[in-house]
Amino acid sequence: MEPYCAVHAEGLMAMSCCGGGDFATTAADSRADDAFRREVFAHAGHTLSNGDIKFVFSVPTIHCGACISTIEHALTPLPGVKSARVNLSLKRLNIVLEPDAEILAIDDELKTLGFPATPVDLGDLSQLEHDQQSSKLLKALAVAGFAAGNIMLLSVSVWSGADGPTRDLFHFISALIAIPVVAYSGQVFFRSAFGALRHGRLNMDVPISLAVSLALAMSLFETFNGGSEAYFDAAVTLLFFLLIGRYLDQRMRDRARNSVVSLSKLAAKGANCITSDGQLVYTPIDEVKPGMQLRVFPGDRVPVDGSVMRGTSDLDRSLVTGESELVPVMKGYTIEAGTLNVTGALDLIVKKEADQSFLSEVMRMLEAAENGRGAYVRIADRMARIYAPAVHLLALFAFIGWMFVTGGDWYVSLTIAIAVLIVTCPCALGLAVPVVHVVGATKLFQNGILMRDGSALERLAETSRVVFDKTGTLTMGTPAVVGCDGFEGRAKATGLSMAKVLARHSAHPASKSISRFLAQETDSELDTIREVPGFGVEGRMDGKTVRLGRADWVNEIAGASEQPLQLEGVAFAVEQQNPCHFFLDETLRQDAVVAVSLLQREGKRIEILSGDSETPVRKIAKLLGIDDIRFGETPKSKFARIQDLQASKDKVLMVGDGINDAPSLAAGHASIAPATAADVGRQASDFVFTRDSLMAIPFALMIAKRAGQIIRQNFGLAILYNCIAVPLALCGYITPLVAAIAMSASSIVVVTNSLRLLRTQIEAPEKVSLTKIKPTQKLRLAKA
Amino acid sequence: MNLLILLIPVAMGLGLLGLGAFLWSLKSGQYEDPDGAAERILHDDESKPL
Repeated sequence: MEPYCAVHAEGLMAMSCCGGGDFATTAADSRADDAFRREVFAHAGHTLSNGDIKFVFSVPTIHCGACISTIEHALTPLPGVKSARVNLSLKRLNIVLEPDAEILAIDDELKTLGFPATPVDLGDLSQLEHDQQSSKLLKALAVAGFAAGNIMLLSVSVWSGADGPTRDLFHFISALIAIPVVAYSGQVFFRSAFGALRHGRLNMDVPISLAVSLALAMSLFETFNGGSEAYFDAAVTLLFFLLIGRYLDQRMRDRARNSVVSLSKLAAKGANCITSDGQLVYTPIDEVKPGMQLRVFPGDRVPVDGSVMRGTSDLDRSLVTGESELVPVMKGYTIEAGTLNVTGALDLIVKKEADQSFLSEVMRMLEAAENGRGAYVRIADRMARIYAPAVHLLALFAFIGWMFVTGGDWYVSLTIAIAVLIVTCPCALGLAVPVVHVVGATKLFQNGILMRDGSALERLAETSRVVFDKTGTLTMGTPAVVGCDGFEGRAKATGLSMAKVLARHSAHPASKSISRFLAQETDSELDTIREVPGFGVEGRMDGKTVRLGRADWVNEIAGASEQPLQLEGVAFAVEQQNPCHFFLDETLRQDAVVAVSLLQREGKRIEILSGDSETPVRKIAKLLGIDDIRFGETPKSKFARIQDLQASKDKVLMVGDGINDAPSLAAGHASIAPATAADVGRQASDFVFTRDSLMAIPFALMIAKRAGQIIRQNFGLAILYNCIAVPLALCGYITPLVAAIAMSASSIVVVTNSLRLLRTQIEAPEKVSLTKIKPTQKLRLAKA
Repeated sequence: MNLLILLIPVAMGLGLLGLGAFLWSLKSGQYEDPDGAAERILHDDESKPL
C-alpha cells in the first residue's frame, strides 16, 4: 500500500522502529482465532441507547486530509456501518455500527489500507467525564464573557455621565445580568474555595470568591439605594479573566492526556484460556486464576506470570529488563507478565494471579512514587500561600483603619475594603501562569514533545542531574546490522537476496534489522519459508535448504569450513555451503552525542542507570563521554538510586523507556520518555518525545528555563502593579472605573509578557548546529 | 430615554444570540476536530458535512 503523503510515510517508518505497534499487526494477521479478536472488541465497544455500538480507534498513522477521505470512503460503504468519522486533531476514528455488524471486517479493512488501529476502551479512560469538565468550563467562560461585555457597555454609559433614574436603570439591568452569571460561572471558584476552607486551608480561590461575592452584594445594596457606585463590571470581568486561565490550564492537560493515550496501548486486558476440551476462551484478566492454562500467540504480551508447558519461542523481555535481545524459551521456563512473545505460540500454566504478577509489583512501586511527587507545590500555589493571607489581612486592615478614620462609617469602610480585594485580583497568578504553560506546551508540541501538565515545566527547569536508561533511550531499542562477512564472489548477490527474503518473513528484531540492512537487494524466489521459533527462519531454494538464524542451528546444515565456526551473531547458510554472518550492534539514538554534550554544557551531571551488563554500558558511556555509570540494575535498585539522589537534594531528571524504568520515572523530580516506551513508562513520565532525536531533552530544558523566567517576570510585574494600586485603593481613590481599567491593564500586561515565550527564538532540536560543540566533543561525534 | 428602552433590549438580544450560537456550536461538536475541519473543506466530494 502506497503511503498517501510524505508525513504519513514517515509515520509508517516510525512505526516499524517501535516494536509494539508493528508486532501487534503481524500478530493479528497471523492469528487464526477470530473469536478471540471479537472478544477483545466486544470489551472495547460502547452500546448506545438505540442498540448501535460505538467504537473509538486510536489510529496513530493518520496525518493529513487524504488519510481522512481514504479511511472514511473505505469504511462507510461496508455493511452495518452507520457512520465512520475521523478526528484528525486526536488521530482517532469514531465508528458507529449496527448491532449485528462485523467489527473484524472494519479492523481488517483498516489494516489493508495501511492504518493499523487500536480500539480505545472508553470506560478505561473515563474520557467522557473529562471532556465534560472541559466543556463545562468553556460554557462558564462563554457566559461570563457575554455578561462582561454587556455590563461593561452599561458601565461605560454610567461612567460617561448617566445619572439619576437612567443610572439606576442601568445598575438594575446590570444586576439582573450579573446575579445569575456569577452564580453560574463562579461555581468553579466557589466550590474550590469552600473545599479549601473546609479543610482549614486558604487557596487562591478564597480571595477570588470573597472579592466577587462581596462586590456583588455591595453593588446590589447600592442599586437598591440609588447609589452612584456599583462594581458589577469588576466582579464579572474578574470572573471572565480568571476563567480564561482556568480553561487554558484544563485544555492543556486534556490535550496532553489524549496524546499520551492515543499512542497504542500495550497492556493485556484478557487472556486466551484453554478449557479442558481444548477450546480457547477469552477471559478477562481479573478472572485468570493460578493453575489455568493459557495460550499466548506470537505478537501478544504475556498477561500473567506463568511457566511454559508446550511450545518454543523467543521472548522480548525489554519492557521488564530494559534489554532488547530476545531470550529463547521452552518447556519448563518461567516467564513474567509484560514480556512480548515474538516467534511461536506458547501454552502456559498460570502461576500467580494478575494482581500479584511482576508487572503489578512494579505498578505498586510506581504508585508509591507518584504519591511522593504529589507533594510538589507549583510556583503559583506557593505564591498563593503568601498572597491569599496577605490580601485578606490587607482588606481587613483597610476596613478597620477606615472605621477608625471615619468614626464608624461601615459603608465607606466596606467599599474601600472591597476595592482592595478587587484591585489585588490575582490575575498574574490565575491567568499569566496558565498562559505561559500553554504557550510552552504548544512550542514543545510543535517540536514533537508532549507535556503532561504545567507543573512539569517548572520541575524540569529545577533539575540538576540527568539520569539515563541505556537501551531504548540512549540507544535505539533494536540493534542494527553493522557488517557482514562470508558473502563472497559470484554467490554474494544471490546469498544476500535470499537472506533478505528470509529476514522479511520474521518478526524477530534481528531479522528486521537485517531486512532493513539489505533493503537495496533484489528479492529471490524461495519456497516453503517457515519460522522455527527459538532458532530462525528456513526456506528452500532449488531443492536445497537455506537457513537464517542462530549460528549453531545454521551450522547444522552448512558445509565443513576451514575457518573456525563462529557462534555469535546471526548466521546464514545454504545447505552444504560456507556459513555467512551478520553482526548486530546497538546504535546510538540520533543526536545522542550532541544532546549529552549540550546537557553537560548546561552544567547538568549525567549518569547512566542500566539493567544491562558492564561491557555494553561502558562502551556507550565512552562514546558519549559519561563517567558516572551503574549497570546490572533491577527496577527496585533503580528506584532506590533515584530516591537516594532525591533525598540528597539532587533534583533528578529521569529519562527512560521500559517498565523497569517506570518507578524511577515517577520518582524523578521530572521525567522524559520516548514515544516508543512501554505504556507504563509513558504514563509515569511528564514528557513524551515522539521523534527519534535525543535533542528533545536539551530543547525541553531550554523551554522550561525560559518559561520559568517569564513566570518570575510576571510575578515581578504583578508586584509592581500592586505597589501602585494597593495604596490608591487604601486611600479610597479606586472608583469602579479605575478598578476596571487597572484590572484589565494588569491582565493585558502579564498576558502579553507571557506570549513573548512564543516569540522566543530557541533553536529547534534538528537545527542546533555542530559549531556550538567543542572540538573534543566533535571528535567523539566522528567516532560515533 | 425612549430610545434606550428600545436599544437596551436590542443590545441584550444580540448578545444572547451570540451566546446561544456559541453554546450551540459547542454542543454540536464543532470544536472537537479543528484540524480535520480545516482539511475537509478541501475535499470536493458529495459526502455531506455532519
